[in-house]
Order: sequence, then C-alpha cells, then structure tokens
Amino acid sequence: MAVMTYREALNMALREEMRRDGRVFVIGEEVGLYEGAYKVTQGLLKEFGPRRVVDTPICESGFTGVGIGAAMVGLRPVVEMMTFNFAIIALDQIVNTAAKLHYMSGGQFNVPIVIRGPGGPAAQLAAQHSQSMETYFYHVPGLKVVRPTTPMDAKGLLKSSIRDDNPVIFIESETLYPVKGEVPEDPDFVIPLGKAVVRREGKDVTVIAYMGMMYRAMEVAEDLAKEGLSVELVDPRTLRPMDTETIIGSVRKTHRLVVVEAGAGFAGMGSEIASFVTEQAFDDLDAPVERVTGANAPMPYARNLEKLKTPSKDKIAAAVRRVCGANGG
Amino acid sequence: MAKTVAQQKAIPGPGLDPQLARRLLGTMLLIRRFEEKAAEAYTLGKIGGFLHLYIGEEAVAAGATSALRPDDYAISAYREHGHCLAKGADPRRMMAELFGRRDGLSKGKGGSMHLFDRSVNFLGGHAIVGAHLPLAAGVGLAIKYDGRDQVVVCYFGDGAVAQGEFHESLNLAALWKLPVIYLCENNRYAMGTSTERALAQTEIWKFGQTYGIASERVDGMDVDGDLEVRPDVRDRVRAGGRHGRSCRARRRRPGGRPGARRSDAVAHRGGHLPVPRPLDARPRGSGLPDQGGSRAREAA
Repeated sequence: MAVMTYREALNMALREEMRRDGRVFVIGEEVGLYEGAYKVTQGLLKEFGPRRVVDTPICESGFTGVGIGAAMVGLRPVVEMMTFNFAIIALDQIVNTAAKLHYMSGGQFNVPIVIRGPGGPAAQLAAQHSQSMETYFYHVPGLKVVRPTTPMDAKGLLKSSIRDDNPVIFIESETLYPVKGEVPEDPDFVIPLGKAVVRREGKDVTVIAYMGMMYRAMEVAEDLAKEGLSVELVDPRTLRPMDTETIIGSVRKTHRLVVVEAGAGFAGMGSEIASFVTEQAFDDLDAPVERVTGANAPMPYARNLEKLKTPSKDKIAAAVRRVCGANGG
Repeated sequence: MAKTVAQQKAIPGPGLDPQLARRLLGTMLLIRRFEEKAAEAYTLGKIGGFLHLYIGEEAVAAGATSALRPDDYAISAYREHGHCLAKGADPRRMMAELFGRRDGLSKGKGGSMHLFDRSVNFLGGHAIVGAHLPLAAGVGLAIKYDGRDQVVVCYFGDGAVAQGEFHESLNLAALWKLPVIYLCENNRYAMGTSTERALAQTEIWKFGQTYGIASERVDGMDVDGDLEVRPDVRDRVRAGGRHGRSCRARRRRPGGRPGARRSDAVAHRGGHLPVPRPLDARPRGSGLPDQGGSRAREAA
C-alpha cells in the first residue's frame, strides 16, 4: 500500500494498463502535451509517445466517435472528457453507437471503450460545469456506469473498466482529485465492476451515498453515533450494473434506508434504489425510504447558493433522524 | 455466396477489362435484384420498419469495392444494402436479417439499417445521419496505430454534409493523415430536401479540399468511365493519404418510410443500371452471353 491522491491513483491505473496492453491508448483534449486539464494523464505522453496519447481538437462527438471506431477494430481507447458536462455533445455517439453496436450487430462487434472525466458539483463552477451526469447514462442498456469515491476505488475500478469488453462511463470528481488515501501498488489489483462496498457497519439505518456525498455522510454518521444512532454506509461504486444484493442485504439488517445524491432528485439514483428496495424488501422496511437530493434547479454560481443547492450535512442528518424516529424507532 | 469484385485488378477509364466489366455488371445486377425482392417483401409486409433501397446507385458500390482488397474496411449509413452486398456478404443472410430472422447477419436484431458482416470487414449499418463518419476516422486511426496498410471506405449521403460530424471527421482524418476514403453518394436529396435547400456549397467535393483532402467529383452513374475508387486512389490512401469523392447518383426509390411519397423532383430522376461500356457494345467481342446484356438493358 502507498498513500497517494485520487488523481495519482487514476494516473497509476492508466500507466499500468498501458504497460500491460499495447492496444490501450488515451485520447482527448489536452491529454498529451498539456498533461491533462486536471493532470490525470501527467507523464503519459513522455512514457508512451503521441501514438498512444492522442491530443485532439475540441470536438467531443468527433473524438468519441474516433474512439468507438478504433474499438470496433481491436483497440481499447480511454477517452477523456475534460469535464463530463461536455459528454452531452457526444451523447449520440455514446448512446446510439457505443452502447448499441454489440447488440445490433448480433454480437459481431463490441466496443471496449472507457469514457472518463470529472463530473458533479465542484467549487463554484456554475450551471454548465457542475452536473451529476451519471443520470444521463445509467438509463441506457449497454452502458456500465462507475463513480469511484476513494483513491483505491479510482485505481481498481478504472483498471477493471479498461479491461471490460464493453463501454464503461467512468465519472470522477474535480473536488476528489486531491483527496489522499491508501492504494495498492500491485499492478494486478483490480476491483470488479458491479460490486458495492459497506464503508461503515451499523445497525439502525442504511445510508447509500457515493463520491463527495459519501464523505459528507461519513461525517454525519460519526456525529450521529454520539447520539446513539448506528449508521451503516453503503457505496454502490458501480451504478450500472448495481449491486442490489449488497444493498438489499443491508436494508434487511437495518430496516431503514436513506439515499443521498448530489444531482436533482426527479428520476434520479435514489428513485431507482427506492424502487427496487420496495419491490424486493418491502416487508423488511420499518419506515419509508428517504431521499436527500440536490435541489430541483441548475447549479448557481454564488458560494452560499451553491451550498443551498447540494445536500448538506444537516439535511442528511435530519433525514436519518426522521427514518429512525418513524414507527417508534 | 455472392460473387465479390474485390479481388479484381481494375483499370481506370474506358479501357475496362472485360472480365472486370462482367463482374461489375454482376454485382450491380445482384444489388438490383436483391433490392427489387426486398421491395416486394416490404409491400407484402414481410419486412418491417424502414427500408432504404439502393436502386439507382448500384454503380457506386460496385465500382468502389472493385478497387478494394478483401481486408479493407467499408462503413456506411442506413442505405447500405448495396455496400454490404458489394463487399461480399451472403445475400441470403442479408435477406434473412431484413426478415428479422435469427439466421440473419445480425441475428434479426439489426434489420435493414444495421447490417454488419465481420467476415468481410463490413462495419455497418448506422442510422444516425453523419454519426458513422467519426467512426471511419477511428478505423483509420486503428489501421495507422497498428502499422497496417488497409484503407477504410466511408459511404455517406449528401444529407450528412450539413452535420457537424462530417466536418469533425474530415478535419481529424486530414490532421492525422488517416487512410480514409470519404465517398459521398450525392443523390441531391436528403429525404425531401434538395442540396440547394440544405447546403450553402452544393459542390460537396470542395469541402474535402478545404480540409486538405484530395477531392474530386465523379459521375456515379458511369461505372467504367470513372470507377468510384480507382486503384491509384486506393494506393495513395494506403500510403498515408486521404481521399474525398462526391458521386452524383440517382436514387429511384423514395425514402424508407411506409407511405413515403416521392416528390415530383424525386420521381423524375432516373434509375437505369449503367452497363459497363465493354459490355454495352455486346455482342461484338465482349465475350458475354447475350442474356447478361439484355437483362441489364431490361433493368434500365
């Protein structure tokens, strides 16, 4: 184990996979000479050269399509979106082509592509650069969607994503890039896609969160422990396919569930989780499932308004207390 | 299996080798007959969804494929039956696909607009206008990445030219010197909208020039006068160039939707099969049985 930042963990994953497999290459805006808008690809051009670290002009649809075409005939591209908000420009390529080629060609062609970059609320980046983009992708059959919370997950899940034979949407976070954590240096270390993790054991209530919301929920759990509430924290890590088994298992244990997500709540992750928990574990629930979500508005710029838009510790704590108080607790 | 003309050594211009001329005619006739049968089955309700026929444009696919090697790639939009047949796909498996059968090329999951055949390097079958052009650049990038000497032919219609991805793809292919041949089948109508109503520059080949891609306009109805992809073009692209071609072609059938009406302008365009000159002079020295030539004329 080594202690490193989330950014360094991603860089290590890219480097190891590029060393392991000559078909893996990186393509996107500023990934080479500039070494990445957020320095995730730092040093890759120097080690692997311009053949495998391809700088593109600003044309998300074009270079995503290039990645898909290259993947159809045997390469394994890692496409960087400078921020995932820009992936909307390539949404047609991702949804209509990458996600569907394997199916609509009757299995003749597959698209082993990873599309990665930061997304979600950051630091006053305002309406067009702060969206929780996962919702746009996890609805689509044929796509896998990953949101890695810790440096260790960032490395292990990115490596699995690159090794996957089908398209993976891998959304990081600007605010997590400098976060430090323990990361295995073993080049064979991977975390399988579709596996949730219990980050904190508890018995009174299950809280599901990922990315920045998980760090916030962790603080809430520590605070509430002082009040005698025992919170179990589950991080899905992969949103599609979702590890429903781990989530249901936790709900059967605690009988209460709160889902926290940074994005707007309507038809969000929390809606889906509440739905399958109700379908599969209705009799285990002692209280209605609660969702703590971002406000139903674009992200404002002003710092105080930005804070109002995203789920706060207070809101999370209040939801946890409500579900624990329901039905006599 | 369909006969492919892919392995023939083509000689550009009017001095077309009679053997090649015969194969070109065979490919064109195969496409014409396939499409006529598909139209019949569509009318009978045995083929569903959209059916975009290639009738009237056969010379482009036949001519272009004649200059390719079997291991070269072809990628197309949704009026792709002819490109897929010319590349050498099994017409029975293609028709099975149109019928939605499990023995179809894509196991019945793709249909008319999503024909793929990995065994002949036919990469589809893409039904969002313009979206497959960046894919072609990606295939070109992979060829260059691996240091191979294949080329990819990218067929598209005049309707794709107004899309941003046309320009993004040409820019990237030119910038990175990718072995892509862009072949525009300009039948002058994107569904019901004429190029005059859609493009500020209707000389489509000039867009290629803008990106520094050697480009030219050819007559897509003159299969032997100017083969759609001449061997010298292919070899130049193989050696690291790019190439753009805009073919004038005539689509005889209207668009692919049930109940699609042909506008007057569309209805009045022709749909004859261009018979290669050496064969058109039949029976004087073409070596072709009478039947072949006469059937071709019948199709005119």
